[in-house]
Amino acid sequence: MKNAKLQARLLRFFVYTGALFTLTVLCVIVGYILINGVPHITPSLFAWVYTSDNVSLTPAFINTLLMTALSLLIAIPLGVCAAIYLGEYARRGSKLVKLVRLTAETLSGIPSIIYGLFGALFFVVALKMGLSLLSGALTLSIMILPLIMRTTEEALLAVPDMYREGSFGLGAGRLRTTFQIVLPAAMPGILAGVILGIGRIVGETAALIYTAGTVAEIPASILDSTRTLSVHMYTLASEGLHIDQTYATAVILLLLVAGINALSSFTAKRITRRKHGEI
Amino acid sequence: MKRFKEQAARIAFALAACISIIAVALICVFLFANGIPGMLKIGVWDFLSGTTWKPGNNIYGILPMILGSVYVTAGALLVGVPAGLMTAIFLSRFASARAKRFMQPAVSLLAGIPSVVYGFFGLVVIVPMVRTFFGGTGSSLLSAVLLLGVMILPTIVTVSESALNAVPQSYYEGALALGATHEHAVFKTVLPAAKSGVLAAVVLGVGRAIGEAMAVMMVAGNWAVMPKSLIKGVRTLTSNIVMEMGYAADLHREALISTAVVLFVFVLIINLAFSAIKRKAKL
Repeated sequence: MKNAKLQARLLRFFVYTGALFTLTVLCVIVGYILINGVPHITPSLFAWVYTSDNVSLTPAFINTLLMTALSLLIAIPLGVCAAIYLGEYARRGSKLVKLVRLTAETLSGIPSIIYGLFGALFFVVALKMGLSLLSGALTLSIMILPLIMRTTEEALLAVPDMYREGSFGLGAGRLRTTFQIVLPAAMPGILAGVILGIGRIVGETAALIYTAGTVAEIPASILDSTRTLSVHMYTLASEGLHIDQTYATAVILLLLVAGINALSSFTAKRITRRKHGEI
Repeated sequence: MKRFKEQAARIAFALAACISIIAVALICVFLFANGIPGMLKIGVWDFLSGTTWKPGNNIYGILPMILGSVYVTAGALLVGVPAGLMTAIFLSRFASARAKRFMQPAVSLLAGIPSVVYGFFGLVVIVPMVRTFFGGTGSSLLSAVLLLGVMILPTIVTVSESALNAVPQSYYEGALALGATHEHAVFKTVLPAAKSGVLAAVVLGVGRAIGEAMAVMMVAGNWAVMPKSLIKGVRTLTSNIVMEMGYAADLHREALISTAVVLFVFVLIINLAFSAIKRKAKL
């Protein structure tokens, strides 16, 4: 009996230690970067033009916005339409559906460096787009496609069948029902998925180095090479000449990611609230 | 007219759904078409089992990188799985509502930190730490293991937590009714019931660890030699590609794409294992 009590205590100790470890690791990483980075956030870091002296992050930041916008522009319509097919149109268990699910699962497991290499072989070389914003965005849009598909499908699934039946009952077709009834109801869920996708785009490096390149300027067209904030930080860290500015850039990246995370869970929370009947 | 529109919409949606099939097919075709010829020129066996990688002398053996990836991944599991599993158990069965409100965003932030930031942290904190305590240059297998262990934590936590949450409450209550303590009920009935979900978490963690490129490259030292000790540098399959793709040409370039093919095959196997387990665990 005493033995069992001791054992229980030991187990409890392990559980708390594990949780504490996770929390400590996060605090150490974030704290260390903040402490070393915040004092070095200077106005010159935000200069409009990048030089090797000021290592300004503004061009990279704008490139990140452009890259995100372009990738989403490609991935959202495709991902949402694919999810609509899976959720609203296809017969459950048909061969096509199974194949789509299998390939989407495969895509979500492929490491980003393989996406990068594929982008380099296909978009950059075979389609002759060169190292460019467009090649990078196309590569990233394939990478986040499965994420958008999955979250959208889950959001569609959460819309009660009542809604659809009501709409059919009033004489609307499937297309109209989907766009005017089901999609608006599923919007917060889709949005939460899209925001997660933004997080992945912002944090991505390996898939971009050999597709979008590392030019630290705002591109004149989508066929120019660009570096996003993550790639910018990677080049700074590997050059090793501007350690202070690298810390400061890391702070900006962390803040960006934390903001995106908070936004995503906020939207996700709105869906659960709506499910419980409050709007 | 309406019928036509409906039909057109159905076809458009079906085509969009096919994009993922096309993408996987294209990735396979381009990787294999560019990677297999190089592998054949070098000799498949020489390529896979060769212990020397000297592009300057046209010697391409990737066994050091394969072992590097395997060791780094195995080590990361040793660090990440126990801590991740305990955190998941904490979140699922021990945490108060308040602790949960605190921990869940922490885990998702950990998942969201970009790999360059992890890599940089490893470079300025873990590498000097390993250098001080264990000697050597610090850029080593051990540094990569510690960093990757942390990076796979959130994956392990979220997947195991949902597996633990999926276990019916009656299991736990039954154990309590038989006189078990809270801890025993969780570890002896709930955890075994969530076994395959936890396994799925581990497999997903393997996938993340083996595919990570930037962070590992920044801390692992990247020596293209057979890994000999924990404090010596290692090179993984991923970092081999990232490091040399920028300037490689001809057979060297093909050898790098072949490296990606090997990595891709590993990842496909892990993926298949993951979906098989997931189906069994009904996650």
